[in-house]
Amino acid sequence: MKKGLTKLSLALAASAFAMSAQAQTFVFCSEGSPEGFNPSLYTAGTTFDASSKTIFNRLVEFEVGTTNVEPGLAESWEVSEDGLEYTFHLRKGVKFHSQKKGFKPTRDFNADDVVFSFLRQDDPEHPYHKISGGSYEYYNGMGMPELVKEVVKVDDYTVKFVLSKPEAPFIANLAMDFASIFSAEQADALLAAGTPEKLDLDPVGTGPFQKVQYQKDSIIRYLGNQDYWKGAPQIDRLVFSITPDASVRYAKLKAGECHVMPYPNPADVAQMAEDSEINLMSQEGLNVGYLAFNTQKKPFDDVRVRQALNLALNKQAIIDAVFQGAGKVAKNPLPPTIWSYNDATVDYPYDPEKAKAMLAEAGVTDLKTNIWAMPVQRPYNPNARRMAEIIQADWAKVGVDAEIVSYEWGEYLKRSKEGQHDTVLLGWTGDNGDPDNFLSVLLSCDAVGGGNRAMWCNETFSDLLEKAKQISDQGERAKLYEEAQLVFKEQAPWVTVAHSVVYKPVRKEVQGFKIDPLGGHHFYEVSLKD
Amino acid sequence: MSDSTNTETLSPEQVGPQPQTPLQEFWSYFSANTGAVIGLVFIVTMIIVALSANWLAPHSPIEQYRDALLMPPAWVEGGSWTYVLGTDDVGRDILSRLMHGARLSLFIGCLVVTLSLGMGILLGLVAGYFQGAVDTAIMRAVDIMLAMPSLLLAIAIVAILGPSLINASMAIAIVSLPHYVRLTRASTIAELSKDYVVSSRVAGASHLRLMFITILPNCLAPLIVQATLGFSNAILDMAALGFLGLGAQPPTPEWGSMLADALQFVQRAWWVVTFPGLVILLTVLAFNLMGDGLRDALDPKLKQ
Amino acid sequence: MFQFIFKKLMLVVPTFIGITLLTFTLIRLIPGDPIEVMAGERGVSPERHAQLRAELGLDQPLLIQYKDYVVNIFHGDLGKSLITKTPVMEEFASLFPATVELATCAALFAVLVGLPAGIIAAVKRGSIFDHSVMTFSLTGYSMPIFWWALLLMLVFSVNLGWTPVSGRLDVTYWIDEVTGFMLIDTLLSGEEGAFASALHHLVLPSIVLGTIPMAVIARMTRSSMLEVLSEDYIRTARSKGMAPLRVIVVHALRNALIPVITVIGLQVGILLSGAILTETIFAWPGIGKWLIESIARRDYPVVQGGIMMVATIIIVVNLIVDILYGVVNPRIRHNK
Repeated sequence: MKKGLTKLSLALAASAFAMSAQAQTFVFCSEGSPEGFNPSLYTAGTTFDASSKTIFNRLVEFEVGTTNVEPGLAESWEVSEDGLEYTFHLRKGVKFHSQKKGFKPTRDFNADDVVFSFLRQDDPEHPYHKISGGSYEYYNGMGMPELVKEVVKVDDYTVKFVLSKPEAPFIANLAMDFASIFSAEQADALLAAGTPEKLDLDPVGTGPFQKVQYQKDSIIRYLGNQDYWKGAPQIDRLVFSITPDASVRYAKLKAGECHVMPYPNPADVAQMAEDSEINLMSQEGLNVGYLAFNTQKKPFDDVRVRQALNLALNKQAIIDAVFQGAGKVAKNPLPPTIWSYNDATVDYPYDPEKAKAMLAEAGVTDLKTNIWAMPVQRPYNPNARRMAEIIQADWAKVGVDAEIVSYEWGEYLKRSKEGQHDTVLLGWTGDNGDPDNFLSVLLSCDAVGGGNRAMWCNETFSDLLEKAKQISDQGERAKLYEEAQLVFKEQAPWVTVAHSVVYKPVRKEVQGFKIDPLGGHHFYEVSLKD
Repeated sequence: MSDSTNTETLSPEQVGPQPQTPLQEFWSYFSANTGAVIGLVFIVTMIIVALSANWLAPHSPIEQYRDALLMPPAWVEGGSWTYVLGTDDVGRDILSRLMHGARLSLFIGCLVVTLSLGMGILLGLVAGYFQGAVDTAIMRAVDIMLAMPSLLLAIAIVAILGPSLINASMAIAIVSLPHYVRLTRASTIAELSKDYVVSSRVAGASHLRLMFITILPNCLAPLIVQATLGFSNAILDMAALGFLGLGAQPPTPEWGSMLADALQFVQRAWWVVTFPGLVILLTVLAFNLMGDGLRDALDPKLKQ
Repeated sequence: MFQFIFKKLMLVVPTFIGITLLTFTLIRLIPGDPIEVMAGERGVSPERHAQLRAELGLDQPLLIQYKDYVVNIFHGDLGKSLITKTPVMEEFASLFPATVELATCAALFAVLVGLPAGIIAAVKRGSIFDHSVMTFSLTGYSMPIFWWALLLMLVFSVNLGWTPVSGRLDVTYWIDEVTGFMLIDTLLSGEEGAFASALHHLVLPSIVLGTIPMAVIARMTRSSMLEVLSEDYIRTARSKGMAPLRVIVVHALRNALIPVITVIGLQVGILLSGAILTETIFAWPGIGKWLIESIARRDYPVVQGGIMMVATIIIVVNLIVDILYGVVNPRIRHNK
């Protein structure tokens, strides 16, 4: 026993020593394992952090910390008059990573790589299309197969996209993770070797970090790309230490076992703010959490009932309790950080008396209904069960008896899509900073039976959205979206509950870290100060 | 005492040591064990609290006091005697929720232990006594269940039945069955080869008599230990299921889900996590203490 | 003896078939849709949904799916994860060593503390030592495990800084994965301090995971010892003037260990169940966490294959326990 103790204290001393020896390792306590390392196959932010944000680049990219698009692997681009042809001029002298064991590139990045990366997703006959399950959810989800008619290599450093119709958000789409550029040379080599699926497990990219090692549920290791076209990153080694529990992530951050953590518990935020070791960064999130009424079910087909239940809900109480203040009451379906947000919208105040009167007027008494609460945590709703409990208590005061219902996540999404709910809690995080990415996906007539959980189809509203999509002038589009938001508020298919504030606790010695409003984590510009 | 002329009837005072009824005897052994008595007292208190929670609790367990979110306990700075143990994140009184939760947790424990003990004894006794094909069938089924981690099996069963308190109890009862079956069977087999069973058999005792009257009482000691531990298992498994969102549905004040729901406050508001955890710990401890006492008092061999 | 072992082995076959059937049925009885989980809030169109179902083979009749599943098992193929598209066997192999390492250390802790504590408590029945062993083991047994894990972590890792919060190895060591067992890999790597770091990371999770088995073993050992110590032959041995230590070690222990072995065998299942929660809290990259996540995502092949593998291991351990039981207690062997 005594011997064991001595060993233990030796171990303690040894590990303390080792910590200080190498300071250039940057540790990110990520919240889960990536689904894989090909960002076009998956939809989770966790996967993007581990692949597209570190290993890859795209033709155009979001400027870190904003939703503005800036040149990436394409130095510049032109759009034809009719809005159907996009021509990209590619950057020269960009190097792909070279693997210690495995692929070593013989040429720089060029148009072949771009064509490969898109055709793989677009063309069902492409030799790589069916590899690794071949489900390109984002490419399909953004409507790219119908939209993109052709991807043409004009010369080694020029690529042309031909579209089937003008689409204003197209450039923003190309900055999304699914549009990451792979090495066609590596793909060919792996195909020749008969192991094409390795491309999705161990790909090379042009990005600031090169993946070295991955142990599922444990760790991902990256080396800084010394040949990066923007210049080598300041940190030599980047480590993702996979830590699913938020309390544990916080504990690790405090203990100095990691430098940045995502998704803190709302409950811990106040304490983090007081911690002198931690720099608590925050930004309003690009998301909305809502409660959707099933407008095809009685009595929610009656706009008065929907308005009354809006009035009956004390949203501030939700912000205080569920978000612990780390959120903002939402009045529009769009978050305020997005352009065309209509600040003139007037929200329904908390007024149970009026709500009661309106319900009586609509002839609704002794209403028995249900509230569906999500089984998972999301930035737009950190605790759906708690939120449902508060709504339940508030509605009880106006004589509405609501039961809380929950299903397994997949089942929840499926059943709510089919409209089996009376009211359902859900939310959305923006993909590309375009208002269409919220309004069309969640509220248009086309989205009934899909993302439109309110099963709400309003002609006026949908027409406004359709019109806005055809115009490329942002000012004009904004006006149409602002009008649409007023229609939405008056019709009240949702209770717009909250926009969360995104917090990133970062250790004091970390410099240059920026919060990405689109939810990603970027480490190219970070460094550690001694 | 009547002055009866029947001299053969002796008044109790005239006899030396008083012959005890089995119950008295049991009590004298049981009460000698301090821990067991403490456990018993705690449990009785708990039962009283559970039964009279409607009158004893200072507040409703589901009323949300929105101006008193995460209020610390009364003796801590910032606390108030209105909410003795503080409030949770939506402003519900923790003490009241714990009192009402006692009802649920005790109910769950009883339900699970009764179900699994009853079925487990029956199956184990039958398997151990008859052996042969019956034994094989039962033990194969048990092996299959034992080969799956119990929590995983419980999760699967709850996922099929749908999350609710009763379904979760059923799941826990089912997954704790194998332990009772195996223990009963093992002790039955051990007892079968002992002389007293053999002589009973020779004396012509029926199967039922042999199983339930001759053998069973001698197998009870490990079963009682297991059953008391089973009670704690029931509450702890329920907490684990609650932790994974499969137990009681909101706003039910079940201890396990209170603990799980409050987990995110562990570093900020220690009381929302500490008290439910502590109450679970103490209740389970009390049952285990009492179980120990029961064991000592019931075990025929240790008495001699 | 060989006949006895052979008999036991034969019994495993129906158990194994039962398990394939059980895992297959259970996961399909659970309502849920893997495709919807993969798509998340974004959702998929009904056409795309049908197409994906076909690609994943979920549109086949259940009987065919079961047949394929069993046939593939015999080829050592457990299918590919619906989410990561990696073979289940590969994922299992990469995660399993972590669980084994943790469970072994926890079991060692449980046995090394529980067994002696139980024996001494029984021998010194009624002493202060006995009382404290009983109290501690009872308290340990009554502990909600995730609460306990958080409590220990808060005290020792966060407040005192004695132990690392989570993970298997300090991130500054870049070790090649050879066996997957961190203790072995760090030794092989030859990097100074790496082994100590791996050991250091194991301390808290092992204690948490080992707490309940330790309590059970201590209690069982004590009660079993007490029973044996009151048997006639022990008294006889004692009254003959045999040295007390000899009585305990030679006569009492051997017989007292029979139920204890059963209990230790039963702990394997408990350890794996406990591993689910312990692994989640300490971010331990093992199979417990993997299975829970896969159930939530309805990743059929992983759940089927993973549970299958876990079940197989538990069966093997139980088999060994059964055989040991037969060795220690010859009566059982001959009765059959």
